[in-house]
Amino acid sequence: MSGIRAGLASTPYLNSIDGPALLATAPFFIFAIVMMVMPTVALLVTAFVDKQGALTLANFVAIATPEVADAFMASAKISGATAVLGTLFGLILALTVGRGMASQKVKAAVMTFCGVASHFSGIPLAFAFIATLGRLGLVTIVLRNTFGIDIYAAGFDLASFSGLALTYLFFQVPIALTIIMPAIERLSTQTREAAEILGATTTQYWRFVGLPILWPTILGSLALLFANAFGGIATAYALTGTAVNVIPILLYAQIRGDVLHNEQLGAVLALLMVLVMTVAISLYLMLRVHAERWLK
Amino acid sequence: MKLVLRYSPWTIFAIAALFFLMPLFSTAEFSFSIRRGVYSLEAYESVFLDPEFAASFGYSLIIAVLTIIFGTIIVVPMAYYVRLRLQWLRHAVEIFVMLPMVVPPIVLVFGYLRLFSSSSVLPLANSSTGASILLICGCTTLSLPYLYRTIDTGLQTIDVQTLTEAADILGARPFATIRLVIFPNILPSVMAGAFLTFAVVMGEFVIASLLTRPAFGTYVQKVGVSKAYEPAALTILSFAITWGALAMMNVMTRFSRRAG
Repeated sequence: MSGIRAGLASTPYLNSIDGPALLATAPFFIFAIVMMVMPTVALLVTAFVDKQGALTLANFVAIATPEVADAFMASAKISGATAVLGTLFGLILALTVGRGMASQKVKAAVMTFCGVASHFSGIPLAFAFIATLGRLGLVTIVLRNTFGIDIYAAGFDLASFSGLALTYLFFQVPIALTIIMPAIERLSTQTREAAEILGATTTQYWRFVGLPILWPTILGSLALLFANAFGGIATAYALTGTAVNVIPILLYAQIRGDVLHNEQLGAVLALLMVLVMTVAISLYLMLRVHAERWLK
Repeated sequence: MKLVLRYSPWTIFAIAALFFLMPLFSTAEFSFSIRRGVYSLEAYESVFLDPEFAASFGYSLIIAVLTIIFGTIIVVPMAYYVRLRLQWLRHAVEIFVMLPMVVPPIVLVFGYLRLFSSSSVLPLANSSTGASILLICGCTTLSLPYLYRTIDTGLQTIDVQTLTEAADILGARPFATIRLVIFPNILPSVMAGAFLTFAVVMGEFVIASLLTRPAFGTYVQKVGVSKAYEPAALTILSFAITWGALAMMNVMTRFSRRAG
C-alpha cells in the first residue's frame, strides 16, 4: 500500500497516462464503476437503511425467517452436493480419459464437448432433462415399458432436489473436467515411474505424489462449482418452478412481485449471495495460484 | 477403484457418454414426435412460423451484436494500453473482470432496477430503449471475463511494443495505431471472444426477463410453459447455437495461435 502511495507521489505512474491513454482506458473503468460497482453498492446501501432512509441493521434481523433459512439451506445443499459429485465424477473422468484411455483423439473430443456442455445451462438444459427423465421422458418410458422399472413410483422426481442435482451435473462435471484435466496431464508418467523405481506402491504413489499435486486443483474445483451452482437460477426455475426454493429463485420472485413485501430484504438477500460467492471465488483463485506452482 | 480405473476405462467412458448424450438424443427424438407414430419436422415448422420467434431471435441477435461491438470498444484500447505501458493498472483490471463471477446476473439486474429506477437521475429502466441499453450493459458485464481474457491473450501473442513504435515512426496517431495496426492483428482473438459472447447473450434469461425485454431466452421460457413439442425444438436449436458458437471460437483460437 505504501509502495503504491510512494509511486503516486513520485508520479511515474501518473506520468504514463497521457491524453490518448486516458481516452483509451477511461471508458472501461467508467463502465466497470457505473454498471458493475455502483449497482452493487446501491444494494449495499439499500440493505442498511429502512424504508425512510435511516441507517439500520433491522433488515438483517428481519431476514432471519424460516422461509429464507430454508432457501439458504436448499441453495447450500444443491451447490454443495453438485460441487462434490461434479468434482468426483470430473476427477474420475479426467483419470479415465487422460490416463486410462490414452487416446488423444478421444481426449480432444471430450474437451470440446466440455466447452459446449459447460455453457449449455439454463432453460434449454431443463427442457432437455424433462424430455429425458420427466414423467413422459424417453428414458423414463423406456425404463418402465422395457425394463419394468418405474422411477417415479420409486420416488424419483425431476422437479425435486435429486432431479435438479442430476441436471446441474450436466454442466458441473464438464467444468470440473476442464479444471482437473490439465492437472492430470501434469501427473506425468515419469513421476509414476520414478516412484515405482523407488519402490512405492500404488497407494504410496497417490498418498505422497499424486494427491499432493492434485489436491489444490480438486479443492479449487469444489469452490468454483459451488459458486457456479449458487448463483444460477434459470435451470432451477425452468425445471422446478418454485418447488425447490433456492436463494436466487426467492430473489427472482421478490424482484418480480415483492414476495418478501420489502425491497430492503431483497437487497439483504442479494448481498448475502454476493458474500457467499466472493468467499467461494476467492478460495478458488487462491487455490489456483497454489495449483499452478506445479506448472513449469 | 484401482480395478475400475485399470481395467475398464471404456466402461466409465460409456456411462458418462450415455449421461451426456441421452438428454440430447431424447430431446431430438421428442422434437420430431409431434405427430403420433411418424417423425416429422412440424414442431420446428411451428417454431419458425411463429412471428414471436422471429421477433425475439432478431432482438437477441441485435443485442448480441451491440454487446460485442460495445465490449470490443471498451476492452481493446484498454487492454492495449495496459500491455503497452500501463502495467500498474493490470491488478485493478483483473479485479473488475472478476466481478461478474461474484455478482451473479440476478443481483446485477436487481442493482440496475434500483439504480436506474423511475425516481433516479437516469431512469433507464423506465423506457424500453433504456431497458435495452441496460440489457446490453448487463450482457457486456457477463461476457467481460471471456472478452478480456481472449483479447489479452491475443495481445500477448503479438509484439505490441514493436508494432506501436513502427506505427509511431510512420506517423500514425495512437488511435490510428489501435484501429489499423493492433486491431487487425488481434482480430482472431477478438472474434473468439465475440463468439463466446454471442453464445452467452443468446442464452441469457434472467436479466432480459426482469427488464421485461422480448429476448430469445425469455421467449424459450414462455414457450416452455405453454407448449409441449416446440420447447424441445427450441432446445435443439439452442444447443446448435452454443455448439456452433464454441466451434467457431475454437477455429478462431487456432487461427490466432498460428498467426502469433
